[in-house]
Amino acid sequence: MNIRKYATVCAVLLAQLPVGAAEEAGMVKISKGAVMVERDSRQLPAPVGTRIFSNDRVKTGSDGSIGITLRDNTLLSAGPNSTVDLTRFSFDSTTHAGAIDATVRRGTLSVISGKIAKASPEAVRFSAPGMTLGVRGTSFVIDAGP
Amino acid sequence: MLLFAAGLAGILFLGLNAQPTSTVVLLPDADGRAGALELRTEATSQSLDTAYASATSTALGSFVTRTEDPDTVRQRYMQTLAARPSMPVSFLLQFEFGSAQDITPAFQPVLRQLLASLADYPAPEITVIGHTDRVGSLQDNDRLSLQRAQTVRDLLVQAGVDPSMVTIAGRGEREPAMPTGDEVARAENRRVEINLR
Repeated sequence: MNIRKYATVCAVLLAQLPVGAAEEAGMVKISKGAVMVERDSRQLPAPVGTRIFSNDRVKTGSDGSIGITLRDNTLLSAGPNSTVDLTRFSFDSTTHAGAIDATVRRGTLSVISGKIAKASPEAVRFSAPGMTLGVRGTSFVIDAGP
Repeated sequence: MLLFAAGLAGILFLGLNAQPTSTVVLLPDADGRAGALELRTEATSQSLDTAYASATSTALGSFVTRTEDPDTVRQRYMQTLAARPSMPVSFLLQFEFGSAQDITPAFQPVLRQLLASLADYPAPEITVIGHTDRVGSLQDNDRLSLQRAQTVRDLLVQAGVDPSMVTIAGRGEREPAMPTGDEVARAENRRVEINLR
């Protein structure tokens, strides 16, 4: 492989990694209609199997919905016309310590809390316009209003 | 006219100071009971702890609470709820004493169950975690637990599971299912956990 080809391959591989190597947060399990992930101010498609990282923004269009399983088994799903920021996610799969900080900017998000909420509920925070939620379990819907 | 002006001023005042509003609905867990949420605005806090209880924040930072009708909630959030991923599941396999190969006969039904479940888990991620009882050294048990996990991974792959879906780990005697004293051979602790999500 010549140098130029090698450089191109490296550039392509690097482009697929998030800048600053954010922690992997989870994976897209359900993806319907217009769905995308915003990462480092780039918009990426988000089909089933897409990895989600800490600091990603998830957006759905008017016919879109997306389901994500986080590494601590938290289940998230966003309905149509939604924007959700996964501002922070960290999880130690051995100790179950970690943190989740997510904001619903518009639309709807359903949540089934996972291992972090069980091990350290004070480290789990969801926000929506006008309010914040502390989570002691387990299943709920956040509707960011009209 | 004065009233109108006062009204307009009031609306403007509210408009300038108005907090955006959101609604949260607590749903029942799989077992029918509800967890608990603590909601906060800049002005106040509100806890929810019964199924279908909801709270809407107001422009003034207070909460309006009520109990929602389950069918209405299902209808209103149909597309959102339909996109929820399947609940992760775990399977347990026990091993014979000291062995990394001899799985108890219960494996076949567990394997069939797991393969049947795979259809409900798009982009499946399988983690296989081996454990041991407390007979032997920590080091030997770390190795044995990892070998047990490898055995199970190999069986899954032979059964047609894509190896790239499977990650393995060994926890040795560090996480017993049944806590015992050291050097105690407890069958429940010689196990492999298969987690599917």
